[in-house]
Amino acid sequence: MWRDSVLVAGKDLRIEARSKVALSQVAPFGVVALVMFAFALGPDRSLMARGAPGLFWVAVLFCTVLAVQRSVSVESVDGARDGLRLSGIDPAGLFLGKAAAVAVQLVVLEVVLGLGVTLLYGARIEAPWLIAASCLLGTVGLAATGTLYGALSAGLRVKETLLPFLLLPIVAPVLLAGTRVWQAALAGGVPADGTQWLRLLVVFDAVYVALGVVVFGPIQEAA
Amino acid sequence: MSPNQGVHPAPVQSPRARLTVRVVGIAAAVGVALTVWLGLWVTPPDQVQGNLVRLVYLHPGVAWVALYLAFGLAAVASLLYLWPRTRSLFWDRLAAAAVEVGVVFNVCTLISGSIWGKPTWGVYWAWDARLTSTAVLLVLFLGYLALRRVPAEPEVRAKRSAFVALFASVDVPIVHFSVLWWKTLHQGATVLNPDLSPTIHGSMAWTLLLSFVALSLVFVWMLLVRYRIGVLEDWLGSGELDVALRERQAEGMIDDEDEAA
Repeated sequence: MWRDSVLVAGKDLRIEARSKVALSQVAPFGVVALVMFAFALGPDRSLMARGAPGLFWVAVLFCTVLAVQRSVSVESVDGARDGLRLSGIDPAGLFLGKAAAVAVQLVVLEVVLGLGVTLLYGARIEAPWLIAASCLLGTVGLAATGTLYGALSAGLRVKETLLPFLLLPIVAPVLLAGTRVWQAALAGGVPADGTQWLRLLVVFDAVYVALGVVVFGPIQEAA
Repeated sequence: MSPNQGVHPAPVQSPRARLTVRVVGIAAAVGVALTVWLGLWVTPPDQVQGNLVRLVYLHPGVAWVALYLAFGLAAVASLLYLWPRTRSLFWDRLAAAAVEVGVVFNVCTLISGSIWGKPTWGVYWAWDARLTSTAVLLVLFLGYLALRRVPAEPEVRAKRSAFVALFASVDVPIVHFSVLWWKTLHQGATVLNPDLSPTIHGSMAWTLLLSFVALSLVFVWMLLVRYRIGVLEDWLGSGELDVALRERQAEGMIDDEDEAA
């Protein structure tokens, strides 16, 4: 299972390294979203700094939808999905590999967006470890749920429109928890108990990674 | 006349099933009528809330059906469909019917809650924990219904929908706790509180209990009717396919005759 997941993750990341879709399209989209949020809020920097945690996570969620759609679409042509299923790769390994590839791309995106938030909105980070922990834990949950829903919607002709509708409400706890941890970690933010929210993220991650490992095989049959 | 008359006969409902639907329907109607009578005329107004308290005979009952009965049943039915030993389209149709009726009750919960919220809290909508998790639940299950509308083979659709229901169901407790920590304003549970001792008394408690029973019966009746519609929909769908196949075959025969001539 682990060897298979490394193989699959390596394949997806190699495709990304050569095509640079996430880097040249999804990351700039995230930055555009941050600029649009700033326009929507007006030029008040203190308002932006207060909104920074939530806006960061909303931008991450939008990018997650795009990253997942890309992860599905690289296998939608030339019968690649059937090829993967016939190759004898363990479905659990396939799930972990695809989720890991999405997670790696999301971490890079989060670094870009985090820089954007500090530079554009003037957010000052006071507890870097909380930021890092929430990003890592949030990313695992987003990648796991995204990969599950990506696989479910892979065979649908309406997947572009249906995926965000299905995925975004499911990851609402990640948005809530991530935002609260960031609020605790930024200077002048709302005081919140960061570790409690990190525990919620751990539970969310554990539930969906475990579900993915168990049900990814049957899901592929249903797609 | 349906397009597949003569190909498959319409699935017939057994006399016993028809009787069950009718009995449940009449019981639900009587229960609702009694609740309305007791709730609007017999029970006294509340000391603090006045006549507004009469919403207690609607709102909690509707919420109970939406949040526990309907979505609980949908989760269990979806799991039973996914479990290979109990896999049957029966569970799939039951889950679909439960979600659809549950969504109606969920919307009624939000509407009746808003009507109650305006005079008591001063706003139609507050970002309170229960309101927020109810709204998230509504969106989750609207997604389920949207997925069901995507045309697919019944088995594929059933499996897909069951997975989405499963993922949504395991999300419900997480959403619940996250919004609970996030903010809370709603009053605590009145009847199903931890020590199970209702904090209201007399005719009000009985009317409240009756409203739960009556609305549950309404749910069961709607569920049965919706299940029957699901069966007929699938029958109509398979019939359309047969008609299309026969037309194609007929076209082929005309071509053959042309060639022979």
